[in-house]
Amino acid sequence: MKLNSNIPEGNLQDKWQNHKFKLKLVNPANKRKLKVIVVGTGLAGASAAASLAELGYQVDAFTFHDSPRRAHSIAAQGGINAAKNYHNDGDSVYRLFYDTIKGGDYRAREANVYRLAEVSVNIIDQAVAQGVPFAREYGGLLDNRSFGGAQVSRTFYAKGQTGQQLLLGAYSALNRQISLGTVTMHNRREMLDVVLIDGHAKGIIVRNMVTGEIERHAAHAVILATGGYGNVYYLSTNAKNSNVTAAWRAHKKGAAFANPCYTQIHPTCIPQSGEYQSKLTLMSESLRNDGRVWVPKSKETAEKVRKGEITALDIPESERDYFLERRYPSFGNLVPRDVASRAAKERCDAGFGIVPTGQGVYLDFADAIKRTSAHLIEEKYGNLFQMYNKIIDEDPYKMPMKIYPAVHYTMGGLWVDYNLMTTIPGLFALGEANFSDHGANRLGASALMQGLADGYFVIPSTISNYLADVEFTKPGTDTAEFDRAAKEVKDNTDDLTSKKGKYTVDELHRQLGKIIWDKVGMGRTAEGLKEAIQQINQIKEDFKKDVHVPGSAAEINEALEKAGRVQDFIELGELMARDALAREESCGGHFREEHQTEEGEALRNDEQFAHVAAWEYNANGDPVRHQEELIFENVKLTQRSYK
Amino acid sequence: MKLTLEVWRQKNSEDKGKFETYTLDNANEHMSFLEMLDVLNEKLTKEGKDPVAFSHDCREGICGSCGCVINGRPHGPDEEVATCQLHMRKFEDGQKITIEPWRAKGFPVLKDLVVDRSAFDRIMHAGGFITVSTGSAVDANLMPIPKAIADEAFSAANCIGCGACVAACKNASAMLFVAAKVSHLALLPQGQAEKTERVKKMVKAMDQEGFGNCTNTGACEAECPKSISIRHIARMNREYLSASIASE
Ligand SMILES: Cc1cc2nc3c(=O)[nH]c(=O)nc-3n(C[C@H](O)[C@H](O)[C@H](O)COP(=O)(O)OP(=O)(O)OC[C@H]3O[C@@H](n4cnc5c(N)ncnc54)[C@H](O)[C@@H]3O)c2cc1C
Ligand code: FES
Repeated sequence: MKLNSNIPEGNLQDKWQNHKFKLKLVNPANKRKLKVIVVGTGLAGASAAASLAELGYQVDAFTFHDSPRRAHSIAAQGGINAAKNYHNDGDSVYRLFYDTIKGGDYRAREANVYRLAEVSVNIIDQAVAQGVPFAREYGGLLDNRSFGGAQVSRTFYAKGQTGQQLLLGAYSALNRQISLGTVTMHNRREMLDVVLIDGHAKGIIVRNMVTGEIERHAAHAVILATGGYGNVYYLSTNAKNSNVTAAWRAHKKGAAFANPCYTQIHPTCIPQSGEYQSKLTLMSESLRNDGRVWVPKSKETAEKVRKGEITALDIPESERDYFLERRYPSFGNLVPRDVASRAAKERCDAGFGIVPTGQGVYLDFADAIKRTSAHLIEEKYGNLFQMYNKIIDEDPYKMPMKIYPAVHYTMGGLWVDYNLMTTIPGLFALGEANFSDHGANRLGASALMQGLADGYFVIPSTISNYLADVEFTKPGTDTAEFDRAAKEVKDNTDDLTSKKGKYTVDELHRQLGKIIWDKVGMGRTAEGLKEAIQQINQIKEDFKKDVHVPGSAAEINEALEKAGRVQDFIELGELMARDALAREESCGGHFREEHQTEEGEALRNDEQFAHVAAWEYNANGDPVRHQEELIFENVKLTQRSYK
Repeated sequence: MKLTLEVWRQKNSEDKGKFETYTLDNANEHMSFLEMLDVLNEKLTKEGKDPVAFSHDCREGICGSCGCVINGRPHGPDEEVATCQLHMRKFEDGQKITIEPWRAKGFPVLKDLVVDRSAFDRIMHAGGFITVSTGSAVDANLMPIPKAIADEAFSAANCIGCGACVAACKNASAMLFVAAKVSHLALLPQGQAEKTERVKKMVKAMDQEGFGNCTNTGACEAECPKSISIRHIARMNREYLSASIASE
């Protein structure tokens, strides 16, 4: 397997412009003869599908949802970054680039990240033109707020529903193309395989989730914008149906999977309350603009809180430990996520947690409410406070929120080059499904930015470079390759529904999640990772022999859908552990306990690990680890400091 | 908590469907309603029975996937929540709970509690957008929008497309859903150029999908998990009227 990042020559600032000029173009008359499949219609997929159709390509778009508007992107809360510098606080494309590279702990490609920062400004313009109702100041201009890892205000937002508004914007652009007949939308279809002809991606196999029919679709190129794999942990802030299947099946067909161990644990989520828990709810990072994180200074006090003898309100100011402000005076509550999460875990492990399970800290708005007003806080975060209140049954305007870190985002994903093409020619990956821009830790409000950058501005340019060389012949599905792929999918589905063993799919998924959370979560050790691999293999066996999938394949069958996804999560989980084991350093969200500074901060090993690990699937044995060296020509690698 | 659940079971869109009764004795008040259904489904699976199909995804009230009629109320007995945000503390120990799908001509049942809401998408295809291709937008701050107007547009754009408004309405009208989009785009300067065409096309599509008429009962607003106000319906009616006059 050869990894060629295709990073253009020249100055960082000129690379993207030069590259666009050099890319091959497809003339408008020929675009009509070319068909592109887009799998996934979240922010990345919907924006890509709409933009490609606007250019004249024929687009077939697929989602397992009943409508594109339901994609997981809808749940994004806090905001989207853009280097507009509307606030004159010293922001610039270079600063956004720099913050993102640093925030990612120097494990991302400079060229990609610079391009992301560069196109960020166009995203805001595009969204506003579509009618996205971002928050505004009284003068009518756009408002901004701050997010972690940055000292400027560059985050655009629509209350705590930014993802919803941006997705509805992209969905409206998609709808316009559907009405024009340039996009054919296939809802309730789950992609279960990618079809390769002569080594190139030329189609997909999907299951119609209502009838169970296995369908074949052919095209000149295939784009996966299928989101992240946080649900491998079972409990995460992702929507319940988010999964790795599309990416994983592409991986098994030859697409390299990069940095699977880079997962993001978000510091501010509502703590788990019981065994039946089905998912965890995020409380947006934007809350750390106004909320202060603390635990009691003494263990005895914490113990009393846990037992319910006293509440937060009984603890005087002098008895509170604002540990982020204490440890990181210059960034305070706005340190990046990985840093904030580990700090909370450290306090809880040391016995200062404030919920019965011991795993929770406070996020307190009392000062902000005093400083401004409850009304202003409501304006900014109303829906989040309401959401919290509904879940916990406690009023966060009066009582500090209780929070704990939870899995939130996955930086790893399909390896792509600068053109967003995977190692399979003609197969592209966008949005959270790829690994491209966030290194080992993503900064808040940067996923929406990346998904939309990929879909609106990058892929429309780069895909032409590939399509310019393909033949215009109408793609057909009557080939041996399609036959084989469709048969494999059908056999697997039939096999799954024939299994009537003793474990439900959720039981096995929960077991898997627990292992990965404990051993491939916030703190990882060589020993733990080796155990994890063994335990995951046991689950793989149990799944094969003893899973129970009720119902048949010819109907709506959620258990069957889940079974297919969990099958892939099990294999992915093993690869995550292998990746974490091979990376003998700590960086960003990957914290190997063996590698830390005296103060407990992540200790990188730039000499040996300033590279991307890209894994090649091997059906007959262990996966193969390849490396793409990261070359830093513009920023100096230093130890990240937020003190 | 011990519960008696009367759940609508229907194999597919052809099947007539009927209520089945189940009992559950290991629910607790901190569970969400959907977690309670998860527990039921685990139990049914273990007993070799077919689990209850229901729609869900985000489980935090924003994707609009979930929704059932619970004891006669769309999204159940709590205010401003989608079904996924409803918690069992809203019920009594020993209570009987009836769970049905949205019932409306525009939303055929696909299985159990899962309905087909693609009619909503088709209404959006008809005109729920602003015509602006990628790359052609001007700088966002060239167009100041008074905060009050932006906020009002947001209050309509807030719609999650769950369909509770239709389920709540005795006429199964989709007016609140359509009005939310028409109003959102008509309020903003960006939406002006197409506002006449938009309202006409969307209303026409709505009528074609078989949704009923609005008789101003306000039931939609009362059950909307996002509290979308019926003043947006009033705005849409004005838009529609002036569009009709303009085209005469
Ligand atoms: C609670 C929450 C809050 C967040 N808040 C923010 C924020 O404030 N700012 C920020 O920048 N980021 C935020 N994020 C992260 C961000 O929302 C996501 O990373 C981003 O939206 C992912 O977009 P996407 O288009 O790549 O994928 P998704 O939105 O996940 O879309 C995936 C699409 O692929 C489809 N799909 C997947 N697999 C298949 C298959 N096999 N067959 C057919 N279709 C398939 C799905 O149906 C869906 O349409 C948040 C994330 C969470 C969980
Ligand atoms: S599951 Fe998304 S709104 Fe209820």
